[in-house]
Amino acid sequence: MTRISSANPHRPDPVLTIDTAFFWAAADEGRFVAQQCGGCATLWHPPRPVCPKCLSKEKHAHDLSGRGTVMSWIMPVHPPAHGFDAPPIVVLVETEEGLRFVSNVEGIDPRQMKNGLKVEVAFARTKGGHQVPIFVPAEEI
Amino acid sequence: MANPGNEACIVGIGQTEFSRASGRSEQQLCAEAILAACEDAGLSPKDIDGAMTFDLDNSDEVDLMRNLGTPEMKYSMRTPQGGAGSVTTLVHAKKAVESGLCDVMVIWRAMNERSQYRFGQPHTAVNPKGLSSTFMEWCMPFGAQTPAAWEALSATPYLERYGVTSEDLGRISVLFRQNAATNPAAWFYGQPITLEDHQKSRWIVPPHLKLLDCCQESDGGVAIIVTRRDRARDLRQVPARLLGAEYAFLFNHEIISDFYEGDLAELANSVRVKERLTAAAGLAPHETNVAMIYDNFTPQVLRQLEAFGYCKPGEGKHYIADGHMNLDGKSPLSPNGGLIGEAYIHGMNNITEGVRQLRGTAANQVKHVETVFMCSGVAGAIIGR
Repeated sequence: MTRISSANPHRPDPVLTIDTAFFWAAADEGRFVAQQCGGCATLWHPPRPVCPKCLSKEKHAHDLSGRGTVMSWIMPVHPPAHGFDAPPIVVLVETEEGLRFVSNVEGIDPRQMKNGLKVEVAFARTKGGHQVPIFVPAEEI
Repeated sequence: MANPGNEACIVGIGQTEFSRASGRSEQQLCAEAILAACEDAGLSPKDIDGAMTFDLDNSDEVDLMRNLGTPEMKYSMRTPQGGAGSVTTLVHAKKAVESGLCDVMVIWRAMNERSQYRFGQPHTAVNPKGLSSTFMEWCMPFGAQTPAAWEALSATPYLERYGVTSEDLGRISVLFRQNAATNPAAWFYGQPITLEDHQKSRWIVPPHLKLLDCCQESDGGVAIIVTRRDRARDLRQVPARLLGAEYAFLFNHEIISDFYEGDLAELANSVRVKERLTAAAGLAPHETNVAMIYDNFTPQVLRQLEAFGYCKPGEGKHYIADGHMNLDGKSPLSPNGGLIGEAYIHGMNNITEGVRQLRGTAANQVKHVETVFMCSGVAGAIIGR
């Protein structure tokens, strides 16, 4: 059961560009994906028009496990983050597949936040009705 | 260098005052800084035939020529990557004058970064010009919208691995403010701080960045003139020879949002710059007499100190605490007060200070300066007498 958070009703919408729209479209469907190269099957994030490993332009969205580990976490409190009523916990997550994503962790007291925390994907609504992938703790705190 | 007369030298430096509100246009700040650099060098704006600035600068070579009567440019260009590009400008200027692309190159950065716009406030739109990488797109919906947030997110693994405390970062800020306090050109002239002041300053990005870990958004303009050594001999100042200036940028890295590649506790780009620069200049950064290290935020100082070889990984905090970077230490750090204490003209005011230290004309003059190291993450330069 995918968890949908509405904790920040004014959360900014994602910005769609030609090379990255597939990622956000998948998130709207509740899927957490990364670009996979059609030539050599390497996964990449952020997405890019050409695979830097084999130079193929063939690519598709690959579903990720949704499990990862927090590499870095912060809480921007001043100036207040645009679109957030309360300061978000911003994280850099490394997924099981070895890709890194900037995201949020919700459902944890900031005093219990730590690097190395195991997390799993959830989705958060944006002000325009889209969804973006965020994370929640995957372990007992 | 096969022909010593061909070697690039910084022969002129100029700057406006650094303020909260300059009260004039960025074009005017640009023109004033360049005029001051020409006056310092003993050159006329009519002698300039090469120009460069940052891709983020709002003035261009058309403005410069119209305002100052420069008759003809042979070369002009812009460098990307924000403040990381500050020392990169010296790489371009050195190659440009040594190759003969141009003879007298001016570098400028002029901005009303405090009164007209604030770099430190949340960025809520992807750059409409489509410049640079797409990094903002991956940060904005999650509330990572300021340089402080991006810096903190990339620095946290370093800080935690080596147990760097807020007090350790505070000592860097105290040192910058101590130097700024006796530099009449500094925004924080006469305003030193204590470690306690740092600790009491408000959180910007917990758990690591407080207000006094951040540089000072400022209005102002800075200009630098580079020419060849044979030409420099006829000019007003002792030339600052560009012994080496190198740039390195590696696969899958970004600038302030450098999250996606390798071990975040290391600055891979800076390590590469150090290797190249040491070979080019014939001496290593730590063998120079003054260190001008880009200080947008305090953690950046520690990571660069280690990457550029002043000390081993994790030892940066001790290197500072032990006094090695005090004015009377073996590697004095930014005697002008750095970007945290003097002003944040996107790194360029650290270059002019390096030149003053070499000339022996700085407000906080270090004794017996023969060489100065300056760096901004992806670029480094060593100047010498």
